[in-house]
Amino acid sequence: MLERLRRPWSDDRAERVLGAVACLTAIAIVLMVVFVAERAWPTFSHDGLAWLGGGGSLDSQVNAMVNTSAHPPASVYFLRAWPLIYGTLLTAGFAVIFGLAVSLLTAIFIVDFAPRSVQRVMTPVIRLLASIPSVVYGLIGILVLVPFVGNHLVTAGEKASVQNVVQLTGAGLLVSVVILTVMITPIMTALITDALGSVPRSWHEGAVALGLNPLRATIAVSLRAVRPAVVAAAALATARAIGEAIVIDMVSGGNAFTPKPQDGLIFLFEPLRSLASEIIDQSENVSEPALRSSIYAFALLLMFSGFMLSIASRLVRRPLRKYELSN
Amino acid sequence: MAATEPRSAPTPVAPPRRRGRRSSVRGWRRTDQLIFALAWLAGLGLCLVAGAIVIFLAIEGLQYLDPKLLVTSPSPAVNQAHSGGFLDPLIGTMTMALLGTLIATPLAVLTAVWVVEYGRPRWLAAVVETSIEMIAGTPDIVIAIFGLAFFQIGILAPFSFRASGGGVYGRSFLAAGIMMSLLALPLTYTATRNGLRAIPRHMREASFALGKTRAATIRRVLMPSLRPDIATGATLGLGRIVGSTAIIVLLLGATLQNSPQNSVPLLGFLRGTGSTLTSYIFFNSPAGEGNAPQKAYAAAFVLLLIVLVLNWAVARISRIGAGSSLNSGRMAR
Repeated sequence: MLERLRRPWSDDRAERVLGAVACLTAIAIVLMVVFVAERAWPTFSHDGLAWLGGGGSLDSQVNAMVNTSAHPPASVYFLRAWPLIYGTLLTAGFAVIFGLAVSLLTAIFIVDFAPRSVQRVMTPVIRLLASIPSVVYGLIGILVLVPFVGNHLVTAGEKASVQNVVQLTGAGLLVSVVILTVMITPIMTALITDALGSVPRSWHEGAVALGLNPLRATIAVSLRAVRPAVVAAAALATARAIGEAIVIDMVSGGNAFTPKPQDGLIFLFEPLRSLASEIIDQSENVSEPALRSSIYAFALLLMFSGFMLSIASRLVRRPLRKYELSN
Repeated sequence: MAATEPRSAPTPVAPPRRRGRRSSVRGWRRTDQLIFALAWLAGLGLCLVAGAIVIFLAIEGLQYLDPKLLVTSPSPAVNQAHSGGFLDPLIGTMTMALLGTLIATPLAVLTAVWVVEYGRPRWLAAVVETSIEMIAGTPDIVIAIFGLAFFQIGILAPFSFRASGGGVYGRSFLAAGIMMSLLALPLTYTATRNGLRAIPRHMREASFALGKTRAATIRRVLMPSLRPDIATGATLGLGRIVGSTAIIVLLLGATLQNSPQNSVPLLGFLRGTGSTLTSYIFFNSPAGEGNAPQKAYAAAFVLLLIVLVLNWAVARISRIGAGSSLNSGRMAR
């Protein structure tokens, strides 16, 4: 048996074995999607797509799902998950907007302005920021930023003004967005810097020769040329921000509250919960049938958004290939 | 087409375009000066944030880090002096990394080789590519919750154990390790695929001209030059595995101590529950039940050291291999 394996493989055999492995990988992944969808089905069959909307208190809906019998009545399946979706969109949206601004500036800095010694430092720094585990960011958030915001930024008057509705401890929108921004900025910076670095030097030089200053040349020529790469980077960063569970769970205040912009400055300090952190919170109750299907519905939604975003980032990057600006 | 691309990826940082023009910044428009200042601010700000995190964790971590912590098991206690160290989480992290990488690397490499070198029928290769892209875009919490349901299926009881009620518990090192491999898979796959595509076609043609089969070409010609790419991808995957918390919290049971399922030496351990550094930090943060920030800081510092070593390894390996790019293989492309 071993002897047969050791002999050189024929082409045919190699192709079949490798193909089988590849198919196995693909089948496992497709199976996963089907499996999650199947688990989520009861939520869809009871609520349709209306569970994506708002209405009622999410916490009481979730509580109703706990401690039911093995075959809960249809009314238990009632779910309106808008607070979670809102929390996810709010944190991810703000983080991507700020992160995009910072990473565009950083990329321009690295490519155009930084002295060589600083450039050499930037690469490992960005790598490090991208690879610090999320739980470490969460730890710093909950032990450093949350107390700081709670003690210094939120005034006692602000806390008292809403104490009947919600507790302002410092954990909330602001800290979540700050931490998420730090987490996704390096990813975007790396991708944008790569793209900017692959723009032919002569394009930039041509623009400078026409009288633009180097910064304008970068913005008008290089950045415009790699616009698709910027969009793609933002899409990937959004996927990361949407799926981040642990950090949001640690620093968002863990309350299915919807921060309201009309509350003024307090808006920034109001707690929230995201889809991903709700999955963590409720994972212990996964044996309750109604709650289980809700959790898998959240997971399906996250998976779907992540997939759409990575497809989008690939499609958007396609025009770059024409100029060999991307691999 | 892709195979003829030059080996070197675009350099991450182009050298400064011109020297000695910094004095001219004064002559720029106000808005341009502002952007210039903001760019400097952003770049130095990121360095500052990274530096602050490392230094802060080093100070807090070293303050509480006692060599004893590394060799004692954690135990539940209110008093932080008696709650033990993090030997079990350390072992857990290493087991997870080993298990995940061992499963993911061969799968990813073989899949990538098939897609690039054979890839027939075309549609099947496209399906494989898309499904790997799909897993790359899936948050780890979704993989975790899938794994939890998957390993609770009755016939998969050998991967974990039956709880007292008769249901399959679904949480074990094996379950978590298999799901972890899904995290590492796209990273290793992408690195290998890009490496393969970067090998010039004439290398293959030269081998064919010598009468070698495609299989022999892969084995003898492509694989040796692919080694740095595979190593980079595997190390990136390792970093992702070491840092993942959601899968551990949901799928490893996150019990404080590694509790083997039965007395069978290795298998019992793998079928049992346990913890890793990430779940230990989570447990000891104010968000978890342990709430021992000092232990959490110490563990976070150890985790940061592991990450730093892995980063250094990636940089080192990709310098050996030709094309070193700021994000070589980090994202699925």
